[in-house]
Amino acid sequence: MKHDKVDVLIVGSGASGAAMAWSLAETKMRILCLEQGDWVKPTDYPTNGRDWEARLFGDFAINPNRRARETDYPINNDTSPIQVVNFNGVGGSTIMYTAHYPRLHPSDFRVKTLDGVADDWPVDYDTLEPFFAENDRMTGVAGLAGDPAYPFHQPPMPPLPLGKTGKCFGQAMNKLGWHWWPSDSAIATTEYDGRAPCINLGHCTPGCAQGAKSSADVTYWPHAIRAGVELRTRARVREITVGPDGLATGAIYYDADGKEHFQPAEMVIVACNGIGTPRLLLNSVSGRFPNGIANSSGLVGKNLMFHPFAHTYGYVDEPIDGNQGAQLSLWSQEFYETDKARGFVRGYTLQLHRGAGMIVDAIANTARGFLPWGEAHHDVYRSIFNRKLGLSAICEDLPEEHNRVTLDPVLKDSNGIPAPRIEYTMGENTKKMMAHGVARSKDILEAAGAKNIGGEAPMLNAGWHLMGTTRMGTDPERSVVNEWGRTHDVKNLFVIDGSIWVTSGGVNPTSTIQALALYIADAIKQRLAAATLFD
Amino acid sequence: MLSSQETNDLRAFAGAMIPASARHGVPGADDDKIFADILSSLDRDLNDVRAALKRLAGIADIAADGRLKKANAFRAEGGPSVVAIARAVLQCYYRDDRVMRALGQEPRSPFPKGHVIEQGDWSLLDPVKKRAPFWRKVPQ
Repeated sequence: MKHDKVDVLIVGSGASGAAMAWSLAETKMRILCLEQGDWVKPTDYPTNGRDWEARLFGDFAINPNRRARETDYPINNDTSPIQVVNFNGVGGSTIMYTAHYPRLHPSDFRVKTLDGVADDWPVDYDTLEPFFAENDRMTGVAGLAGDPAYPFHQPPMPPLPLGKTGKCFGQAMNKLGWHWWPSDSAIATTEYDGRAPCINLGHCTPGCAQGAKSSADVTYWPHAIRAGVELRTRARVREITVGPDGLATGAIYYDADGKEHFQPAEMVIVACNGIGTPRLLLNSVSGRFPNGIANSSGLVGKNLMFHPFAHTYGYVDEPIDGNQGAQLSLWSQEFYETDKARGFVRGYTLQLHRGAGMIVDAIANTARGFLPWGEAHHDVYRSIFNRKLGLSAICEDLPEEHNRVTLDPVLKDSNGIPAPRIEYTMGENTKKMMAHGVARSKDILEAAGAKNIGGEAPMLNAGWHLMGTTRMGTDPERSVVNEWGRTHDVKNLFVIDGSIWVTSGGVNPTSTIQALALYIADAIKQRLAAATLFD
Repeated sequence: MLSSQETNDLRAFAGAMIPASARHGVPGADDDKIFADILSSLDRDLNDVRAALKRLAGIADIAADGRLKKANAFRAEGGPSVVAIARAVLQCYYRDDRVMRALGQEPRSPFPKGHVIEQGDWSLLDPVKKRAPFWRKVPQ
């Protein structure tokens, strides 16, 4: 089936696609977004029911291979020490993010200049700053101004509560003389833009029934749709098509019944994340682009960066917050900027966690062999219940071409589209950084009086942050998109998600992904006004 | 759907893994209500649980004190089926009303009531507020 031509076709309704759709809506162009998943209703979220923790291992599992919804696609990461996690639906993976919302630091955009590794970005913090601020306002961010680890910025809402767990961490960090601060969190702490404030349901990851978590389905999308953008769900794009002039002509997709459609468009914007985007480009093969569209550099799919996570935890003597309240509300940037005396360059964020739910903690402590079976089970469980302090080091991953996304020769999704295959190993710099992060996390736990310390490094199910696979740059031989997101090879094709990152920094990426999308949208609008968009 | 032998073995395993405790005032995981929940919640773990029960075959037929020994030997051997069967038991045990109450928890879903988290003592942040900015400046 062929549809009427649209001016702008966005593929993917997650963090970047939503921000782009909203920003371009003011142009009054005809804008359509295709999304392979569904809307998630507030009543669908696990915290509505008594089985809320069990559903983390079922239809709300973070790993798509375990979740295996009709709307998911399989991923072959059999040989990777880190598994890709995501969500496919309106809002994309923001449905299942923790809403920890730091920005990249100014130094992250200049790693070659400052540390002699990887490459500098073709944009910088100052250029993005107004878009960070606009994104904070649209998303609804809670936090506290004045963090000495960052250039000054003012989050629009007050921070999440410190609680008993935060008090433990604060005392420990002060004892060590190390930085800590209330996180920028994409969670409403007051009524905001028609949304109710956080009521501390517990873990934010499996979606927020209250609607306080700022996932893109409740932030940008309502505004974009009211402004005239069309969002078409259950539309899984197979390939981007090109015409004889080498320009993108639209996309072929399958609906929920498996029926094939062609959607023509004047321009195509890809926003499918660091795995989905290279998969789509590599699947878009034509006579002109036999190795995948926009891939003359050969870099589509290469330079995959995760943030390897090192999770370390321990148990204090007195009950603290347990799983109640947002899991993440504090960070430390003490070890973020390069200090070569540590034996590695770049650095990491430490996320300071509240505890796990009753069941999740029991499962984790069973898996690590700490929770016995038999009569002793009850006493040991009571010694850990609601007493957990956890930390995650989010380590900066440097780009390496052998870390990559390719198309699996066998595995396919339910529409027969080749699935992505991940090839990934951790670099030496990252390994040293991770060991440092684990050691410092143990220092903090010991300062807090925690016992029974355990951990997982790298965390297996922690490929949340997917970056680098269509990197941006000014040199068409060394990058896939230019400094404002347009592919070097196809002048009406853009990429706007985490794929375009040059380096990974050491923070959760969503804030910067969305600020970049707004920046690219602004560049598009300026060139539309000057009639130079496709020059 | 498990066979009757598999069902018996699963129940014996659950009771060995988490026995009832009069001291703590909690039922075991082989309690009627909890075990019915386990059976009806196997869902996508069914095949792995069945594989576990193959390794645990006959556990229901041995004396109670031998069951824990067999369960721990199975646990020590490891594998995905150990993870699956333990998760199947734990996810139902720790949502039982009696177990939750014994741990001081309200037996309810988190939404819509939510929870109260104290603001806490924000003066703890004062030393950090006094710290000079330390983000790395970038040459223009």
